Amino acid sequence: MTEMVYGSISVSEGEPVLPRWWRTIDKWTLSCVFMLFGIGILLGLAASPPLAEKNNLPYFYFVQRQVFFGSIGLMTMIFITMMDPHKVRRLAVVGFVGAFIALALLPFFGTDFGKGAMRWFSFGFASVQPSEFLKPAFVITAAWLIAAALEVGGPPGRLYSFMLTSVIVIMLALQPDFGQAALVLFSWGVMYFVGGAPLFLLVGLAGLVVIGGTLAYNGSEHFARRIDGFLNPDIDPTTQIGYATNAIREGGFFGVGVGEGTVKWSLPDAHTDFIIAVAAEEYGMILVFSIIALYATITVRSLWRLLRERDPFIRLAGTGLACAFGVQAFINMGVAVRLLPAKGMTLPFVSYGGSSVIASGIALGALLAFTRTRPQGEIGDLLIRRGR
Amino acid sequence: MSMRTPLRPLARILKARSSGENPDAIERENLRLRHEEMRDSTRLRAEGRLLVLGLCFVSAFVVVGLRMGQVAATTPEEPRAVTTGTSILAARADILDRNGRILATNRTTHSLYAQPQEMIDPLYAANELVKIFPDLNKERLIRDFTGSRKFLWIKKQIAPEQQQAVHDIGDPGLLFGPRESRLYPNGKLAAHILGGTKFGREGVMSAEIIGQSGIERYRDDYLRDPANGDKPLQLSIDLSVQSTMREVLFGGMHLLDAKGAAAVLMDVNTGEIVSMVSLPDFDPNGRPTFAGQNASDNPRFNRAVQGVYELGSTFKIFAAAQAMELGIMTPNTLIPATPPFRWGKHRIGEFEGHNYGPNLSLTNMIVKSSNVATAHVAQQIGVTRQKEFLKSLGFFDPTPVELTEAAGAKPLLPPHWSELSTLTIGYGHGISVSPLHLAAAYSSLLNGGTRVTPTLIKHQGPMPKGPRVVRPEVSKASRDMLRAVVAEGTASFGDVRGYKVGGKTGTADKPRENGRGYYDDKTITTFASVFPADAPKYVLIVTLDEAVETSGPKPRRTAGWTAVPVAGEIIRRVAPVLGIRPDIETLALAQ
Repeated sequence: MTEMVYGSISVSEGEPVLPRWWRTIDKWTLSCVFMLFGIGILLGLAASPPLAEKNNLPYFYFVQRQVFFGSIGLMTMIFITMMDPHKVRRLAVVGFVGAFIALALLPFFGTDFGKGAMRWFSFGFASVQPSEFLKPAFVITAAWLIAAALEVGGPPGRLYSFMLTSVIVIMLALQPDFGQAALVLFSWGVMYFVGGAPLFLLVGLAGLVVIGGTLAYNGSEHFARRIDGFLNPDIDPTTQIGYATNAIREGGFFGVGVGEGTVKWSLPDAHTDFIIAVAAEEYGMILVFSIIALYATITVRSLWRLLRERDPFIRLAGTGLACAFGVQAFINMGVAVRLLPAKGMTLPFVSYGGSSVIASGIALGALLAFTRTRPQGEIGDLLIRRGR
Repeated sequence: MSMRTPLRPLARILKARSSGENPDAIERENLRLRHEEMRDSTRLRAEGRLLVLGLCFVSAFVVVGLRMGQVAATTPEEPRAVTTGTSILAARADILDRNGRILATNRTTHSLYAQPQEMIDPLYAANELVKIFPDLNKERLIRDFTGSRKFLWIKKQIAPEQQQAVHDIGDPGLLFGPRESRLYPNGKLAAHILGGTKFGREGVMSAEIIGQSGIERYRDDYLRDPANGDKPLQLSIDLSVQSTMREVLFGGMHLLDAKGAAAVLMDVNTGEIVSMVSLPDFDPNGRPTFAGQNASDNPRFNRAVQGVYELGSTFKIFAAAQAMELGIMTPNTLIPATPPFRWGKHRIGEFEGHNYGPNLSLTNMIVKSSNVATAHVAQQIGVTRQKEFLKSLGFFDPTPVELTEAAGAKPLLPPHWSELSTLTIGYGHGISVSPLHLAAAYSSLLNGGTRVTPTLIKHQGPMPKGPRVVRPEVSKASRDMLRAVVAEGTASFGDVRGYKVGGKTGTADKPRENGRGYYDDKTITTFASVFPADAPKYVLIVTLDEAVETSGPKPRRTAGWTAVPVAGEIIRRVAPVLGIRPDIETLALAQ
């Protein structure tokens, strides 16, 4: 008996890793992500063959690539969700430094693929868009800085994070990639907001935006024309927006039928920025509403779980990641129905794109890692501190 | 807000020191408490703000969903290459006659254009297109279809059967755009009045129709104005009368071998033109191009409005009327008539060397159409008074009728209006006016003596009387003289039973094109008539260009043998259509 116990390998007190992971993970969000990826593959089957045909590639070339990169992205996501938040933070900060350097090197080693914007590193078989990877890493890093400022005697993290944001936004705007720049600015904004931005500053900012917008509208004819064009209810049916709008109209509520759509033949970005139009045309509003519901579930449910979070860093980083994810989906779909001015932005997990799907996997992995159920010290509060 | 506790409260420090405890523990404890307090407050604030964010996202996604549903509920439109710019309003108001019958309307035809990048078999399409439209150039089509062009017009307007043939080619790159086009269902009838239209700005979905001539151009703004709500333009023209008048005039012109003819039928009281014909004419549905030298031979030339001619003896009635108006003569005043009338080295004789005796009464001067007597009357009137009178009848200005061409038709007046001019103008030479001028002047003189303005627009409501040109008695006396001309004078062929036609003939030698003198075998013959002479309703002017009557031993070129019988036939057939009751009873009693 003694022999059997003495000197044996010590057994950890905790639960095994996988059961604990399954118990604590946000299973709803996880399922939604998988469903979105599945929908993305389904739509890719319809939307990408025209492009493959034009480039003399095998019929489902883009679908195969998407499955390949998507699997990598989803595995990365699962792997990250299993990590401890602090480990995630450590890796993210390291990754941020790497992505930042990659972004800075873009003007020297990048390619623009003839699209006029230096956004990609080309490696022959695949190309990488560093700004996609920078986004989640930046959110986590900025959250860390802002959270540090909440400690007594901590560093002025808000100022640091603001400076960091400004540098990145300027770099992205110079590419030019205003969509990503806006996303980065937006995610920093929500983190600052949740992290305790003074109210008067928020009101002042809103006022500045209104005044600035009015001045720009009155002062700049170009700006005014853009806004008028956006507000104008008539759509030129030969523009991308026009085709997308028509596709949504054609689809109606039940769609024209699987593979029966035509918009994928006229829209060059049918498999990326305007994939929602393909979904609307072939499967109708039923699928569109489902997609919207999935994004809404992921975003709102993550925010809801973060409500209970007591660690300021986890709360902020989670907020930033969830909001960036949600707003990206919102902008993509809002553009297709002209709620927002045209802006190229992918639909996370659904649009085709290797960088996009892997980066989204990383971001959602980190978000899921942050929203895992963990002890929040409520009992400690009750026992140690004065109850409230 | 609670009072902030100091990190090292002196009382506790001193107490701890005295009891030998480490006072730093107190500071650490206070620091921890303060820290926790701060974290609690930030957490609460963050919770509130997270809720706000969550609500924002929920509403944002709901809005996207609603908007998607809203867009999906609308009907799709077909994407087409649309030329930029404002949309073209193609609707053009109809033109009706005075009884509401259609003179001009629109119909939908199609234009044919190609989007070569959509084409499946450009060579086959080009081949087939040339079969349908032989005027197309095949090589050129193939070049356009296989080149880099994204859009090209093939035909601006095609007929339905051509459209079907193009449809049968079955190429998706050949597309049709709707085209409103102007249709004149009556063909040549009233061609000069209506004028014509052409395409202005063109887009795929429509093309602008703009008036090219005639009333289509003069009232273009009205016809195109969408604010009129498609209210048609109603003309004073009576389609039945127009049809009859054209038929008779056309027949007369050919019987008399004339090269051109014009006729104007005007309401004496309102100045409304009930019918106006100019021959040769054209079909406004396909306006002809004219390559001839002489503009007046162009079928598009409106002889009734644009053609200014010396209308000869028809002017004598103005001299007679003015003499009566001035009170210097009555219808029975005797006037010397022995030819020739000498003025300086000039001699004025009678037509074909006639001699109407030493004296003629004013009435007989008109009936016999004596140049010499008229010259005497004109001499008594004098230059100034004659100019004033002719001006008051509208002979000095272009007619204000609603046709673009009218403004360009200025009467030809003598540059120096000498007494000799006055003498010749008295019998209608030396002044060139259009038949429409003459119609308006006759109406003004004979309707009781008030000026009328010629118009093509149907008049609504009571007509205000124009300025007075002669007294009613003078007007009546003039009508009696004209009636006498038809009853017993040079225009006896114009005496239509029951309608009491009055009128004056006019035969003028045609001036040579080179401006030197006159042809002796080419005449412009005119008959200016009014009916019924006792209660005037209409004035009819008929003018024939180079008409000749050859039934006799010698060719006859006077108005009495040419214009008068044509006018008589017109009145005989048109008067019943106009609803004038023939005065058969008194006629029967008189016989």
